[in-house]
Amino acid sequence: MSEWVDVRGHSCPLPLMKVKAVMDRGATEIKVHGDTPAARENITRLAENRNYAVTEAKTTPGDWKLVLTSKG
Amino acid sequence: MKHQNAWIILTGATIGLFGALLVKLGNPGNMGYCIACFIRDITGALGLHRAANVQYIRPEISGLVLGAFVTALAAGEFRAREGSAPLVRFVLGALMMIGALVFLGCPLRGILRLAGGDLNALVGLAGFIAGVAAGIQFLKRGFNLGRSTVSKFQAGGYVLPLVAAGLLLLLVIKPVFDVKTGGPIFFSKAPPGSLHAPVLISLLAGIAGGFLAQRTRLCLSGGFRDFFLVRDTYLLKGYGLIFLVALILNIILGQFKPGFLNQPVAHTSVVWNFLGLFLVGLCAILLGGCPLRQLILAGEGDTDAAMAVLGMVAGAALAHNFMLASSPTGPTFYGQVAVVLGIIITGAIGLVYREV
Repeated sequence: MSEWVDVRGHSCPLPLMKVKAVMDRGATEIKVHGDTPAARENITRLAENRNYAVTEAKTTPGDWKLVLTSKG
Repeated sequence: MKHQNAWIILTGATIGLFGALLVKLGNPGNMGYCIACFIRDITGALGLHRAANVQYIRPEISGLVLGAFVTALAAGEFRAREGSAPLVRFVLGALMMIGALVFLGCPLRGILRLAGGDLNALVGLAGFIAGVAAGIQFLKRGFNLGRSTVSKFQAGGYVLPLVAAGLLLLLVIKPVFDVKTGGPIFFSKAPPGSLHAPVLISLLAGIAGGFLAQRTRLCLSGGFRDFFLVRDTYLLKGYGLIFLVALILNIILGQFKPGFLNQPVAHTSVVWNFLGLFLVGLCAILLGGCPLRQLILAGEGDTDAAMAVLGMVAGAALAHNFMLASSPTGPTFYGQVAVVLGIIITGAIGLVYREV
């Protein structure tokens, strides 16, 4: 199951909570689009703790896309 | 991950070090850093409140903003952003300041007070954690102040850093326009406002803190919040290190005096220490960050965070003009009313601003 989450412009911790909600629904591939470096780091830590592989699809500090893939 | 941990540990250690050292070098007791007290002192120095013993342009604040500003520019992370309910953020900033001035310190000073042996801070920090937990309930029900967007014009992001630089100029030049009253800048002659470390060291402590806090996204409400939400202890490590390093240094420097009574710039009211920082925790969660984090975000170009900082200035002026701020003898009646009203208003904001 693949899902797409747009967390651009949200204050902490909403980007984290929105990605977590999608994970809790059992998504195996999550594409995240965001714009603050703090959110990117929080989400990367969450993904690593929850056994998701993190691929950076596009990265500038002000516009980034991550692909989180469940390692099972 | 290991790389991030090294940075957060360095950040906590540096802030803990300056937290104790600045007191040794002249800052008020257990007040190496205090975002709320220092913004309040600046507000007084500008004559926006006239409480004569809390007026000084604290260079730590300018240093924090400018340190974050330069670091964000160098990292390519500076970006003027706007549009996430700025007026509500102003109000939350003001209420957060009022809560802090009833406790007598921001969460960062809470940790530094505890590291100096002030056990009243333990009560305050318990209130802070409860406020964070209460704020999370609003987040879980869909609280959201809306998205910010990158500003069409980047100039707005430079406003608060320029104000921070301007304050330093005022501190150095000390202009006198009104020979009779000594305005426009006022400096306390009595403590705690008259107590301060040498300007250059205070500025350096601010810049170092701003640099490190920008890199690590250090945030004291974020520490407990991320732990409660996803068991992430990254920011809490910074918190722990601040406490540990300041504690050890305070013991070495003879500044550690455990107890509840006769603590510097503190009172012993359990209820109002708890509720003061409860209000701060609640506001910080709805704002997305503690007072320190608002300063850092403002330095990175976040004009919504800059509005929260201006709200803190307004809150400080109100707190002293309306006699809401506590003193070492305890909270005032008006301060108690303000904290209860503040909790009600913040709760109402938490309920009204919801995604459907």
